[in-house]
Amino acid sequence: MSVRRLADETLQPKKFFFSSRNLVWAEKTIAQYPKNREQSAVIPLLMRVQEQEGWITRASIEYVATMLSMSYIRVLEIATFYTQFHLRPLGTRAHIQVCGTTPCMLRGAEELKKVCKKRINGEPLITNAEGTLSWEEVECLGACVNAPMVMIFKDTYEDLTPSRLEEIIVLFEEGLGESVPVGPQNGRFSSEPWMGEG
Amino acid sequence: MLADRDRIFTNIYGFKDKSLKGAMARGCWDETKAILSKGPEWIINEIKASGLRGRGGAGFPTGMKWSFMPKKSDDRPNYLVVNADESEPGTCKDRDILRHDPHTLIEGCVIASFAMGAHVAFIYVRGEFIREREALQFAIDECYAARFLGKNTIHGHMCDIVVHHGAGAYICGEETALLESLEGKKGQPRLKPPFPANIGLYGCPTTVNNVESIAVAPTILRRGAVWFSSIGRPNNVGTKLFMISGHVNRPCLIEEELGISFPELIERYAGGIRGGWDNLLAVIPGGASCPLVRADDMMDTLMDFDGLRQVNSSFGTGGLIIMDKSTDIIKAIWRISVFFKHESCGQCTPCREGTGWMMRILARMVEGCAQKQEIDLLFEVSKQIEGHTICALGDAAAWPVQGLIRNFRYDIEKRIDTYTRHADK
Repeated sequence: MSVRRLADETLQPKKFFFSSRNLVWAEKTIAQYPKNREQSAVIPLLMRVQEQEGWITRASIEYVATMLSMSYIRVLEIATFYTQFHLRPLGTRAHIQVCGTTPCMLRGAEELKKVCKKRINGEPLITNAEGTLSWEEVECLGACVNAPMVMIFKDTYEDLTPSRLEEIIVLFEEGLGESVPVGPQNGRFSSEPWMGEG
Repeated sequence: MLADRDRIFTNIYGFKDKSLKGAMARGCWDETKAILSKGPEWIINEIKASGLRGRGGAGFPTGMKWSFMPKKSDDRPNYLVVNADESEPGTCKDRDILRHDPHTLIEGCVIASFAMGAHVAFIYVRGEFIREREALQFAIDECYAARFLGKNTIHGHMCDIVVHHGAGAYICGEETALLESLEGKKGQPRLKPPFPANIGLYGCPTTVNNVESIAVAPTILRRGAVWFSSIGRPNNVGTKLFMISGHVNRPCLIEEELGISFPELIERYAGGIRGGWDNLLAVIPGGASCPLVRADDMMDTLMDFDGLRQVNSSFGTGGLIIMDKSTDIIKAIWRISVFFKHESCGQCTPCREGTGWMMRILARMVEGCAQKQEIDLLFEVSKQIEGHTICALGDAAAWPVQGLIRNFRYDIEKRIDTYTRHADK
């Protein structure tokens, strides 16, 4: 269990609204579930909040609760229980999630963490001075045969070496994250037995 | 060794066309209508006869699970829920099914929902599988357009699939926690009974199956129970996706027959152990919750449910974590304890408090900063967690620690001695 709280009041914006595109999406999503079971949409909706805002604010929790006719506390519970929800602002250009569980650890995840500490911040979940980058160690991301790996926003970067991660961090810092190919970084295609290049 | 023609997942690495057209060229959706026309009873009996055991870790017979659904329901609808909340460390098979071979799963959903009288299937994908979820949704949209899904389908069974997702909680892989999460609550497991087959999702009869169990069903029905049960040995039949991670030369995912021997599996596909077979220290054979097994005991082991029970471990999901002699084995197990401490849902006291206890004692043992009697204390604590919680996460957290003490007690003691010797320097 991890104890998680909302960010300090000084960081909390006053208001939250879905963009009009997300509002259409939200209504469609809620309609997927049976009548009177709209509460089922709470995780997808909060996830869309996070995509829009970068993190889960108090105002957004209240907004989602109103939308789904739930009490605030029930949505707050969801936001704190599920660790994929970020409860504070993170790096704007990249938030690097390093998988640190045993299969990745055996193949060098600790070295990746050192790179993050050196290039971003000694502490996880706190941004660098410019506010562009942050990192954290997460539990198994389910790509064990491609260890070690990191996840940045929606994509995974697999079969990493510390130097390759450093290159990736620099590219994201410069706003060139999209130029980095996703998936394995060593020439491998996906999860096949890989002989090495050439 | 499994022949290519016996593989169920023909595009597991994504080398080939992933679209509906490509999947159909490889045999998906072939004669689905003919299978359905034989009736739910026939389907369930055929799955029972095939000997398919659930691929999510517990190994419960899939056909039997399907037969638990009430035949004649009251007004409540029946639901099929597919568990794609794959989070067990060492396990990454469902990910490749979802992103590379999703039509096997979708066709399986249609057949399974028909067999249990359901018209809606929910697929609960773990929150971190974002691209995988998109790939699955794309495939589902294709199936709606081709009338394999929807109200008026070409095979005659009305079936809707809703893709739902979590947000990073391992516990939602437990079936009742998954249902709670799907209902929009915290993922905390329910007491059983009532079982989901009676009171499941939204209080309605529900069956929860692993992705792989559902995805293999269409091929079994097409090729016949006899074909599937002829692979492997009795009680452990069929093909299985194995994941080999850790200290091997080529970590990979591979479909093989159940009961393949451990050395053959590693040598043939994973390119052997890093530094040769003499360098092998231990193996966690089926995902992080399975007790580790020493190298010597693994050498004659057959990779299936019964084979791993013989070496005091379990087959789990088929995700092997290989550790060579460079591994700090105490630290490796400590990291697994960190995982379980992080993922405990906090509902039952033995697990909520106990996982933290074990993690902290182990952290000191990694340093050697402990008393030897604390090894027994740790074992005792793990026994107090095991079997005293609502779900199996407590057990899963206890077993790796017990496996460590059973197999590597001497190494823990040695480290304590070393630390003590240098204590006053």
